[in-house]
Amino acid sequence: MSETTTTAGTGQLTQPTPAGRVDWHVTLPRVVASEWAKLWSLRSTPLVMAAMLAMAAFGAIIGHNTRHPAGLAPEDLVASGPLQGYYLGQLLIGSLGVLVVSGEYSTGMVRATFAAVPRRLPVLLAKVIVFTAVVACAMVAASVAAFFIAQAFLSGYRPTYALSEPDVLRVVVGTGVYLTLIGLLGGAIGWIVRSTPGALVTLFAVILVLPVLLLLFHGTRADHASAWLPTGAGAAFSTSLHTPGELAPWTGLAVMVTWVAAAYAVAAFLLRRRDA
Amino acid sequence: MDASSLTKRYGAKLAVDDLTFSARPGIVTGFLGPNGAGKSTTMRMMVGLDRPTDGTVRVNGRAPHAHAAPLNEVGALLEARSLHPGRSARSHLRSLALTSGIGRSRVDQVLELVGLADVADKRVGSFSLGMGQRLGVAAALLGDPATLVLDEPINGLDLDGIRWIRSLLRGLAAEGRTVFLSSHLMGEMAITADHVIVVGKGRLLRDQPMADFLQEARVETVRVRASSIGQLARLVEGAGAAVELGGDAMIVEGLSSDHIGTLAAGAQITIFELSPQSASLEDAYLALTRESVDFRADDHDGRLGHAADMSSDEGAA
Repeated sequence: MSETTTTAGTGQLTQPTPAGRVDWHVTLPRVVASEWAKLWSLRSTPLVMAAMLAMAAFGAIIGHNTRHPAGLAPEDLVASGPLQGYYLGQLLIGSLGVLVVSGEYSTGMVRATFAAVPRRLPVLLAKVIVFTAVVACAMVAASVAAFFIAQAFLSGYRPTYALSEPDVLRVVVGTGVYLTLIGLLGGAIGWIVRSTPGALVTLFAVILVLPVLLLLFHGTRADHASAWLPTGAGAAFSTSLHTPGELAPWTGLAVMVTWVAAAYAVAAFLLRRRDA
Repeated sequence: MDASSLTKRYGAKLAVDDLTFSARPGIVTGFLGPNGAGKSTTMRMMVGLDRPTDGTVRVNGRAPHAHAAPLNEVGALLEARSLHPGRSARSHLRSLALTSGIGRSRVDQVLELVGLADVADKRVGSFSLGMGQRLGVAAALLGDPATLVLDEPINGLDLDGIRWIRSLLRGLAAEGRTVFLSSHLMGEMAITADHVIVVGKGRLLRDQPMADFLQEARVETVRVRASSIGQLARLVEGAGAAVELGGDAMIVEGLSSDHIGTLAAGAQITIFELSPQSASLEDAYLALTRESVDFRADDHDGRLGHAADMSSDEGAA
């Protein structure tokens, strides 16, 4: 058992290092650093870029198409009008949120991850931190960009909006916040459902199908229920136009954050209990 | 590393049934059993990926979740493909190393050690099974762990790779580490392991030094055909041997051919055939695990010695 070629390698290991001799403890900042590295070595991360571009492109298109106010719907004329690209952007960002988690399960990477971090919860927490930091910056930037691009198209045609006007900043930043929360919701669903297709279907059901289904019961209490869904509540925060029955902006934000937090509570509970 | 009354139930299926054993530092402990015997499940519980239905696993005295520096305590190679195919070998190891503050130089070191330094920046998805296995070994060694848990590490390796991992594991054990590896190949275990734990259908079948296992497996029997076989059988049994009669022949266990021949001569019995036979290791292992693979009733009651009549079919030892 002493082939020189092979045992020469084991010599490099030196003696086993008793636990504690080197500082190889798992800490949250370290797991965050790991998740940061993972996010940027993943090919689906350009989805963030796609979502940003979609937002900016829609800002330009909507700005261009709404130069002449005659015959336009009220939601196209308010400050949040040029930000309606969020509707497409949320699918991209939500998918990214799912993939960051479900990708671990579909590839088996999760076994290596949890062997390194057997307590598991730091991984969930670190993913939330990294995703929030990256996506919040990108989505607020995208939203601000879409807003200004649209204002550039509108200037000279009709009165434009400035960020300093009442509620405009809330709406513009709020759209970025809304998108970030949708991405986080995707992540929570990823932890709960674990398979990529299953989690994507669940996410799209929650953000697209459920609100439409409730429309079938128009004129009943369902109208009210729809305002309390993550999307309805979040929209109340990120739009300038308020219809009766909709939540107040900050209430809407609180409700949406509660949904996301509740989803993560379920995810964390299952994560600790289930076999990886 | 100690497993105590370890049990894992999936619905109605009992995958691991009350396993108690330990693996000591300084030796290679082989974990042997047919496919589906519960080896992988047991190893997943050792690393904390699966929760035992009952019982406990302690590695270096603590539960898998209780280690402050997990990679420094247990290095694991579970299923080969525990990685994202879109990452390079280096960034895969780097992402694991970062969780514990393990530096870049250590990542380079283990890449070198497993022979992947040249392909470190290639996408893991393009790796062969053997390269993937080497990367898994690199990940297991990353934290310089005191205990190594390796599930079928030779799967997918070529002959060179098998030799490499064999001497690597023996070297790691010689450094004072606990090395615990599973295999369904008896022959490989006999070469690599110092101690063997055999499981079948989730139950513990053997837990003994490999030398003892080999000793027991090497049961000498003698096939005898003679003029009055019944009379000779009684004589042989009287001398303390076990006899299995079949037609005009018998298989004798526990008596040498010289002794049987002398007994026959004394009773004026004509010997037609007197051939010593030894069961192969593979046969012994098959006989041991047979009843656990299925419950089909057959001639073999699972005792090592009675596998002798199977020695004619050469296994892939």
